[in-house]
Amino acid sequence: MLRDQDRVFTNLYGLHDWRLKGAKARGDWDNTKAILDKGRDAIVEEVKNSGLRGRGGAGFSTGMKWSFMPKQPGVRPHYLVINADEGEPGTCKDREIMRFDPHKLVEGALIAGFAIGANTGYIYIRGEFVREAETLQAAIDEANDAGLLGKNACGSGFEFNLYVHRGMGAYICGEESALIESLEGKKGQPRLKPPFPAGVGLYGCPTTVNNVESIAVVPAILRRGAAWFTGLGRPKNSGTKLFCISGHVNKPCTVEEEMGIPFRELIDKHCGGIRGGWDNLLGVIPGGCSTPVLPKSACETALMDFDGLREAGSSLGTAAVIVMDTSTDIVRAIARLSRFYKHDSCGQCTPCREGTGWMWRLMERMVTGDAAIEEIDLLLTVTKQVEGHTICALGDAAAWPIQGLIRHFRPEIERRIKARGKSAA
Amino acid sequence: MSNHSEPTSFAFTAENLEKAKKVIARYPAGRQQSAVMPLLDLAQRQDGWVSRATIEAVGTMLEMAPMRVEEVATFYTMYNLKPVGKHHVQVCTNICCLLRGSDGVGAVAQEALGVGWGETTADGMFTLSEVECLGACVNAPMMQINDDYYEDLTADSTRKILDALKRGETPKPGSQTGRQFSAPEGGPTTLIKTGEKA
Repeated sequence: MLRDQDRVFTNLYGLHDWRLKGAKARGDWDNTKAILDKGRDAIVEEVKNSGLRGRGGAGFSTGMKWSFMPKQPGVRPHYLVINADEGEPGTCKDREIMRFDPHKLVEGALIAGFAIGANTGYIYIRGEFVREAETLQAAIDEANDAGLLGKNACGSGFEFNLYVHRGMGAYICGEESALIESLEGKKGQPRLKPPFPAGVGLYGCPTTVNNVESIAVVPAILRRGAAWFTGLGRPKNSGTKLFCISGHVNKPCTVEEEMGIPFRELIDKHCGGIRGGWDNLLGVIPGGCSTPVLPKSACETALMDFDGLREAGSSLGTAAVIVMDTSTDIVRAIARLSRFYKHDSCGQCTPCREGTGWMWRLMERMVTGDAAIEEIDLLLTVTKQVEGHTICALGDAAAWPIQGLIRHFRPEIERRIKARGKSAA
Repeated sequence: MSNHSEPTSFAFTAENLEKAKKVIARYPAGRQQSAVMPLLDLAQRQDGWVSRATIEAVGTMLEMAPMRVEEVATFYTMYNLKPVGKHHVQVCTNICCLLRGSDGVGAVAQEALGVGWGETTADGMFTLSEVECLGACVNAPMMQINDDYYEDLTADSTRKILDALKRGETPKPGSQTGRQFSAPEGGPTTLIKTGEKA
């Protein structure tokens, strides 16, 4: 198990003061100027060497992403945008950072802004997190008043201004280009890529979009060194990670653990085990609702990191672990996700706009068994027609849970159809 | 047709106008359109909802065509395009809440308030909505009432919260089982000794 001294988020449960004084006592803002004095290239290099992969789901190297920004700002200013639009069902980790460790995020934003040559940063936080936005704003105000941000941030000579921008209830704005559109005051509809935000982002300017957790671990990496971070977890899956474990465990919780921790150890050590015991486990959605469900057999050995879960047939995503025991109506659970994707499709691409509705309606019939056996394959065909044919990944995300269901639980769907057929006959 | 009446004009109060100016100043010159979402939210906090007149007024303020403002107002679910009750009760029924009993929470809420999803009580005190994931999944099931989250709900605690609101009380937000935020029930398994030094 991860040692307490290696944990980054030491106020995860809000037991201590989140304000500047308390944050400083936990080591935040400790000579940040010295970090900035290392210079832009050295910071980017250190973050690259740490192996930090984006904590928002895609798992792309954070340092690499930073290095895509132009070396020197030209006529167009650079922007840092922090994605705090936490909305992937199952995911509630960034919330804990923002309400209990906001200064880790604010300090990380300054360092990231410096590293990409951005004098302005926006934190796009989901609208429902009203209290979290208030805390974050208070932390930014404290940092401004203390000279940690602003014209001469931490006495470094670098100017950095940070703002909170609240979303207003649109899951799609968690997609980085939709988020940028939204921040510009428009409907949150994803942009075609390329161009990527590092070339053409906010207001047509070079922009880096990073997840809250990615930014908030950066100060710790720069203080303790890349080697400390790579010493945790596994090769290419380094560091610590916030896991949010929900559903049918005895004690749902959010916990910081080492990357690559076996699924079973995570559940047994922190969540009091599966409700009703290990053998009562049905399946797990390991990384937020867009990642395919894993049956119990795959959970026996699954390692909780990017590569471990890929090998198991799913994905780490946001490390939002949704556990389902044998009492779960798995078809209904996945149908609920289908309804969610239909609700949150932005409507821009036809396969997604029409397909999410198709998939949801078919799924609702699978729940009751009011379908023909051949329609299972029809449903699978529809998911394949949506998958890969949309601008953003929402179409894929709507398709995958259904594909996962059919892959692992087809007999259950067939059983319902047959049972319904018999009762109707 | 909805049965609410549309006001003929909208204006920010003097205090909110000051707030609006500060919001606009967060964005670069010429990019005032970025302020459309916060301004619509500010207007909604003032009036409880976003009317046609609000859309026109915000458009004028930000030099946007009203249609561009309307596109935003209709795209994001948090804008109320008709009046809502004093307490907007929003119950999450997405997967994590579903697995932990949101069916019961929803049923009790409908029964206690005497309205269905999307409806407002006759006295205008409560609007009940079914919503998508609100991002408090390890504290499921949960609901949001105005700006606050109520978590780790049971049918019982849901009823207690709504009854308290009916009596004009302010029930305590957060976990209703009294656990420490997102820590495991019964106490943390980590950061037990000090937690002070990073």
